[in-house]
Amino acid sequence: MSKKNQPIFDACVAVMPRGAVLDPQGKAIENSLARLGYEGVSDVRAGKVFRLTVQAKDLETARAGVEEMAEQLLANPVMEDWTIEVEPAEDDSAGGSGADDS
Amino acid sequence: MKCGVVVFPGSNCDHDVYHVLKHVVGQEVTFLWHDQASLDGADLVVLPGGFAYGDYLRAGSMAALSPIMAAVKQHAANGGLVLGICNGFQVLLESGLLPGAMRRNRDLRFICDDVFLRVERADLPFTRHYEAGQVIRLPIAHAEGNYADHEDRLDTLEAANQVVFRYVSQRGETDPQSNVNGSARSIAAITNEHGNVLGLMPHPERCAEAVLGNEDGLVLFESLIGETVRLSA
Repeated sequence: MSKKNQPIFDACVAVMPRGAVLDPQGKAIENSLARLGYEGVSDVRAGKVFRLTVQAKDLETARAGVEEMAEQLLANPVMEDWTIEVEPAEDDSAGGSGADDS
Repeated sequence: MKCGVVVFPGSNCDHDVYHVLKHVVGQEVTFLWHDQASLDGADLVVLPGGFAYGDYLRAGSMAALSPIMAAVKQHAANGGLVLGICNGFQVLLESGLLPGAMRRNRDLRFICDDVFLRVERADLPFTRHYEAGQVIRLPIAHAEGNYADHEDRLDTLEAANQVVFRYVSQRGETDPQSNVNGSARSIAAITNEHGNVLGLMPHPERCAEAVLGNEDGLVLFESLIGETVRLSA
């Protein structure tokens, strides 16, 4: 099935370690912030952000696809959580508005 | 025993383990390129140490999706022997052949050192020439060997007796200082439910000859072939 004429979506997946105990990097950064003199900073966590451009028939389909990608590869479900944002691409010259009107 | 050493782009301990299997314990060995779909009839598959795919995304995550891993999973499901050393252990975790995941080391440093380990299971094809409770010394070299899983899954792992080696003091006791990378419950090596897949962070292939000053790793390879090869033994 060709996706040629389908609308384009911008997706953003933010992957974060689940809880401070799983994030030695976040802890080290927190200590460094304290060393810089920033007071009252806690629960610093270091994660990853992925930006993807996805072509799909509608917003729901695009979101479902990205959700699968996050679970299968982008995140490790054993120790990471993730949030997903999907929206119609601003410069979508290939297809429709991307609005989910199914 | 026919052995296959998988070579991923970025593997760097593949030749070491090949050398031990072929020249020290005298087995038939072939390299298996990550891109192939067959194990070429190997009885034992080794996933060696290194930095497969440059450790992109997470250590082992790209390698876990390479074509040969489907064959490795099938081999494991059929009861075949699979040994993952260091980066190979990370690949086993990412591919779901073993439970859990690796975090950065507790102190965020790459650690290259000898560590003491307590043998928790001496009834596996990989460890039967060790003694249960024995303290051995093996080298480690990793930045991401800080083993983690949910507490309830760690309980399950322990209840099923799947922990094979733990980081300990020279006297064989677990303590935070000996647990060099901060691993949950000082875990250095685990096996699967059926005991035919072993993942370990230490490098037994780096201490399998007397000339290297330590043969504690050789015992693992002797266990696999069921023979003692040391002249001094």
